[in-house]
Amino acid sequence: MEKFTVLRAIAAPLLRENVDTDIIIRIDRLVGAGRRSELGRYAFEAWRFTADGGEDPGFVLNREPYRRAGILLALDNFACGSSREGAVWALQQRGLRAVLAPSFGDIFFNNCFQNGVLPVALPATTVLAIARQVEADPEHNQVTVDLLRQVVIAPDGAETGFAIDGLRRRKLIDGLDDIGLSLQHEAEIAAFQARDRAERPWLWAVEQR
Amino acid sequence: MSGLALFDKIWRAHVAADLGDGYALLHVDRHLLHDLGGGRAVMDIEEKGYRLRNPGLTFATPDHTISSAPGRAGTTATAGRLLDDLRRLAREHGVRLFDVGEPGQGIVHVIGPELGLSLPGALIVCGDSHTCTHGGMGALAFGIGSSEVTHVLATQCLVQRRPKRMRVRFEGARRAGVTPKDMILYLIGRIGAAGGTGHAVEYAGEAVRALDVEGRLTLCNLSIELGAKIGMVAPDDTTFDYLAGRKFAPGGALWERALAAWRRLPSDDDAVFDREERIDTAAIAPQVTWGTSPEQVIAAGERIPDPAAMTDPGKRRAAEAALDYMGLSPGAPIAGTRIDVVFIGSCTNSRLSDLRAAAAVARRGRVAPHVRAWVVPGSESVKRQAEAEGLDRIFRAAGFDWREPGCSMCVAANGETVAPGQRSVSTSNRNFVGRQGPGARTHLASPALAAASALAGAIADPGALGG
Repeated sequence: MEKFTVLRAIAAPLLRENVDTDIIIRIDRLVGAGRRSELGRYAFEAWRFTADGGEDPGFVLNREPYRRAGILLALDNFACGSSREGAVWALQQRGLRAVLAPSFGDIFFNNCFQNGVLPVALPATTVLAIARQVEADPEHNQVTVDLLRQVVIAPDGAETGFAIDGLRRRKLIDGLDDIGLSLQHEAEIAAFQARDRAERPWLWAVEQR
Repeated sequence: MSGLALFDKIWRAHVAADLGDGYALLHVDRHLLHDLGGGRAVMDIEEKGYRLRNPGLTFATPDHTISSAPGRAGTTATAGRLLDDLRRLAREHGVRLFDVGEPGQGIVHVIGPELGLSLPGALIVCGDSHTCTHGGMGALAFGIGSSEVTHVLATQCLVQRRPKRMRVRFEGARRAGVTPKDMILYLIGRIGAAGGTGHAVEYAGEAVRALDVEGRLTLCNLSIELGAKIGMVAPDDTTFDYLAGRKFAPGGALWERALAAWRRLPSDDDAVFDREERIDTAAIAPQVTWGTSPEQVIAAGERIPDPAAMTDPGKRRAAEAALDYMGLSPGAPIAGTRIDVVFIGSCTNSRLSDLRAAAAVARRGRVAPHVRAWVVPGSESVKRQAEAEGLDRIFRAAGFDWREPGCSMCVAANGETVAPGQRSVSTSNRNFVGRQGPGARTHLASPALAAASALAGAIADPGALGG
């Protein structure tokens, strides 16, 4: 997994609530999809393209310098809805490595940490304040997300701390794979299963059918 | 010390290792796989050199990408390949597959309860956000991403952070004509699509206790549309009566032992929740969505909201964009809005009770000539039972298409879509932009309202349709 430590990048304001994972990536782009690297061009396609297939210049990610954004600014409940991990892959393939929003869809939030993408929960007022500064000069008013110090640095230098639990922070910084870590608990898993088979045998009877 | 909630009891019973910081390595009792991600997950496992730790606890069925056309005509080459992947998974890795045409095939969230796989107190996961549906059985069930699916296959466990607990009490009784779908849409309208974010939601109260199991599954199904990946209802005699004798439910002495444990699951009287909501159930009327988020919902007798009257700027902008996409005018009554498509199906509303409710309306008339109306049963078993009752004949006689079980037009992953600009009334769960196909305009509602709208050719409250 790609490591995440400190990211300084152009930030794109997509100031909408309840942006769902269907709009981030359409399901038919994921059915039997080959490589993840192909998904970037489909990110937000219902918003990026007009009916005739041309780019909608009004959509933020179609405009310079936001096309080169590494950070997305959004409002409440970002990436709600479907569990499709393709939503994270599509953002990642567009070059977006961090999302700053007041809240996130629970499943998307988990999926980010499996892919080296950092979702940061910040108060709406902070996100809006950062967006205002960015919009004044998006090329130069870049935003820094520092996972080592657990701060977001606005273009004017104002720092806002954010909470992240130790486990997730460590995994991102070291680029660690969840499965490898969990397999280190094999003895505990085996002990749990042995005990559970005795205590709740009705849950295990399906193995015999 | 305060008592424990249903959620706490199931969570505690599944901690294989405490990882600190509120994290636990949780044991998974049931892992459900479907055609959209199942085969790929196994390839992932094989590439990395892991083995399936407990294939006997893993169950698979095709639902997302298979055609719902009679005889499965219209199955694409890609869908065929995905189905072959699932078959290989069964053959080479020992996972139980419910294949096309077999009893047991169907939408994963319909077959789990139906087969007796989804048990009270069990921890159930699937790579699909509507896994919260199984919470209606008194299980702890939630959707996971592809990486997590691979993790469960390799370890039979999952790393999760403990969510907060929320209880929603539906006080009082439902009015006639009000369905579980209306209850949950009303709740989402009240507290918002982010109202449950970060929480495991327990639905309680008189109106929930009065629901049959299928109604509880519908209620829990839309938890994710409330922002909560977990929704649950405490198991009771209604649950146990439903489960007894089902194919994979325990039998004999094991049943008695399970029953004794299940009776201890409901939340203690002094259980503490991080958040509590109360809903006056008698205030709920049949609901229909007008926008592109499930929180944009009103009663079928109401007028489309005016964004100009909204004080929250975020909500106002969202409403303006939604009305533009939906092609609706503020202030107009939503009833009477002309429609093109009706879809009765999905993991929300495709069970026998849903089809009975729709058929009771369908027998009163004919589908309007300009409307394409589909009924897609949730599973092969639902389809066969419905046919044994003659529901298929009622639907066909009224002009509905009677189709093969699967997810179909809810998620449009199989090529079955609503055409751009067309308007559908759908019993599914998401009215997002493009959900039923690029440019599709979706109104979510109950099976009865969907059927009434098919006959009227426009959004219609079944209560207002007349005998």
